[in-house]
Amino acid sequence: MGQNRYQSWGRYPKAEQTVLKMLWRHEPIPSSDGATGSILPFGNGRSYGDSCLNDGGTLIDTRSLDRFIHFDPEQGILRCEAGVLLSDIVELIVPRGWFLPVTPATQYVTIGGAIANDIHGKNHHRSGTFGCHVSAFELLRSDGSRMLCSEIENPEWFSATIGGLGLTGVITWVEILLKPIMSPHVLEETIRFANLDEFFSISEESDTTFEYTVAWIDCTAKGERLGRGLFRRANHGAASLRGRRSTKYTAQVLPIVPSALLVNRISLRAVNSLYYRNQIQARRTRTKHFESFFYPLDAVGRWNRMYGSRGFLQYQCVLPHSDGASALREMLEAVAASGLGSFLAALKLFGDKESPGLMSFPRPGVTLALDFPNKPKARDLLDSLDEITRTAGGAVYPAKDARMSPKSYQVYFPKWEEFARYIDPRCSSSFWRRVTGPAE
Amino acid sequence: MRKLMIIGASSAIAEATARLFAMDGDRMFLVGRDSARLEAIADDLRVRGAAQVATAIMDATDDDLHAGVVEQAIAEMDGLDTVLIAHGTMPDQATTERSVDAARAVIETNLFSVVSLLTLVANYMEQQREGLIAVISSVAGDRGRKSNYTYGSSKAAVSAYLQGLRNRLQTAGVHVVTIKPGLVDTPMMARFADKNFLYAQPARIAKGIRRAINRKRNVVYLPAFWRPIMFVVRALPESLFKRLNY
Ligand SMILES: Cc1cc2nc3c(=O)[nH]c(=O)nc-3n(C[C@H](O)[C@H](O)[C@H](O)COP(=O)(O)OP(=O)(O)OC[C@H]3O[C@@H](n4cnc5c(N)ncnc54)[C@H](O)[C@@H]3O)c2cc1C
Ligand SMILES: NC(=O)c1ccc[n+]([C@@H]2O[C@H](COP(=O)([O-])OP(=O)(O)OC[C@H]3O[C@@H](n4cnc5c(N)ncnc54)[C@H](OP(=O)(O)O)[C@@H]3O)[C@@H](O)[C@H]2O)c1
Repeated sequence: MGQNRYQSWGRYPKAEQTVLKMLWRHEPIPSSDGATGSILPFGNGRSYGDSCLNDGGTLIDTRSLDRFIHFDPEQGILRCEAGVLLSDIVELIVPRGWFLPVTPATQYVTIGGAIANDIHGKNHHRSGTFGCHVSAFELLRSDGSRMLCSEIENPEWFSATIGGLGLTGVITWVEILLKPIMSPHVLEETIRFANLDEFFSISEESDTTFEYTVAWIDCTAKGERLGRGLFRRANHGAASLRGRRSTKYTAQVLPIVPSALLVNRISLRAVNSLYYRNQIQARRTRTKHFESFFYPLDAVGRWNRMYGSRGFLQYQCVLPHSDGASALREMLEAVAASGLGSFLAALKLFGDKESPGLMSFPRPGVTLALDFPNKPKARDLLDSLDEITRTAGGAVYPAKDARMSPKSYQVYFPKWEEFARYIDPRCSSSFWRRVTGPAE
Repeated sequence: MRKLMIIGASSAIAEATARLFAMDGDRMFLVGRDSARLEAIADDLRVRGAAQVATAIMDATDDDLHAGVVEQAIAEMDGLDTVLIAHGTMPDQATTERSVDAARAVIETNLFSVVSLLTLVANYMEQQREGLIAVISSVAGDRGRKSNYTYGSSKAAVSAYLQGLRNRLQTAGVHVVTIKPGLVDTPMMARFADKNFLYAQPARIAKGIRRAINRKRNVVYLPAFWRPIMFVVRALPESLFKRLNY
């Protein structure tokens, strides 16, 4: 634990901040004597960049707000404090036949963090964002006032806080609507595809019949092979799967911080092509325990350390349908040409279900997520990807960003000034100061 | 299924422990001095599977209330077979050196209230010829040192009291568990900013407490590595120990 807990998942940038723990939902936001600096709620630090950091200020650690309040197993309604981890929720609800309506690719995020970034999952094309399934929450402001927020009560605060990056105040408790499931297993099908055109056609076909879809692509491939990869699609298992023995993984933690050399061009190429070739058949169907399907990376523990102490950068953008395909091609060409590659390159189509969140990132189109070691060359590459995203009318995901310019941000999120009216006068973050600061 | 009463139920260590017993489907009676905190914990324990959760408000130093609360616990749960005493206070040592009242408050909270409660609980269990009493003492009671000896002496007395009580209740079939945590990352330690590798999370201590209760252990150090450490600390000759600076 220790101070290590208060960094972001990308381990970049580094920040110095005072930490105060919030222990009880009905008590005021903790404050040190006479402190006047800015504060920011902190969940579990699973954001990659600086949206969960407040350099020079204070973090309000909400992880101790980890109590359940009420669970209705008939209706599938759960009320809990904001610092509860999705992993704790899953442990409670899966044995009783319920699942999270939307889940990210790690279960180690708090429900407050899930709202503040209005996260999305592999079922975005069906279910939209996490915020679409939040029925109510309480917002605690730094002046001590509390607001019950829902579609009906304080709807403008409801909307500003979903995707509000922790800037509107502290969410103390949340009520969500769960999804019924018949089994803790999912039926997963993996299909190999040779290029981007195939990706788009498999996606379109799958999105109507599969609840979960996502693709992994080999971003070292060029030319005709550009955009080759594996498409994974799945549905929750039927009741007959219920009795099956689960093949849960056990979490391992990278014991030391290996040198950044680990992530070099050779290992990247090897990993990317191995992953692709690993699957001999063009199509494979498997029954998986939900944990190994939804959270494969959690099994590796703190895999973020493999990039070394300088940390790494994620880039997740969404490109709207209109010219998404060509912008995507342009992007993948730029990445392949840079030789920087990426360990994890995920591709998915977002659907058109609208989120109540004012500042939500997802919008209809194709989303691409990449990660790079934190080097100047990678930062140059990402600047050029931003140009493509801006021209295409897309956006970059703040939860994963540590470097976009104020100019890019303000183009991606044109409502930022409207949103700023809802920011708590005491709240700020490293991210917010960066993207609303003067242009370089 | 246990019928468990917890005194100091809003302590971080007690709350983490109660969650484990809730998952076992136990019945519980939570005692603390802040009702909103107790209600938040009670709701959580119900969701986690506790068969029943009732609460009572009491400042532990208000010993006039002790008998009534123990009776209430027995009435609510229709019996009482397990008691966990967790409340405690650890003010800055210097404060207790300047003020006798501050020192007295430590002894009253950590020692006298425990003696008072245990007198009632021990007699009840001795008569019922069944039961288990677990009390959170501390490694700080194993040896007095300048940075913490007021608190340490209160815990030393608790440990000695429990030793005798265990000896007495042995024949009645009532078991006594002494729990000696090391450094735990809880609100009690909030003023120490640097939490080094010796600090354990409350959830880890809770697992140890449940195991010690289920296995009827006598004295447990939590985490277990504190046992050899405290063995050495106790073995140092006083002539040397008095010169140490820690
Ligand atoms: C391996 C991995 C996979 C991921 N996969 C996905 C994915 O598939 N989809 C996706 O959308 N995201 C994904 N993410 C990103 C992650 O879901 C988000 O960054 C999430 O917000 C992290 O939550 P957290 O609890 O760790 O919060 P933090 O990262 O600590 O904080 C995130 C934001 O929430 C705010 N916040 C936290 N608690 C509160 C509160 N109580 N009240 C108000 N504001 C609060 C903070 O101020 C901050 O702005 C992934 C991250 C990792 C590491
Ligand atoms: N943390 C450590 O490193 C450590 C190490 C060894 C032993 N211990 C012991 O572990 C036990 C639990 O402490 P913790 O670490 O979990 O700290 P904690 O969360 O601060 O809990 C202390 C608890 O004691 C309660 N309390 C204090 N005075 C009281 C009084 N007069 N009447 C009723 N309740 C009172 C507090 O109630 P409120 O919620 O109402 O304030 C609080 O619930 C204590 O006995 C402590 O001495 C702790």
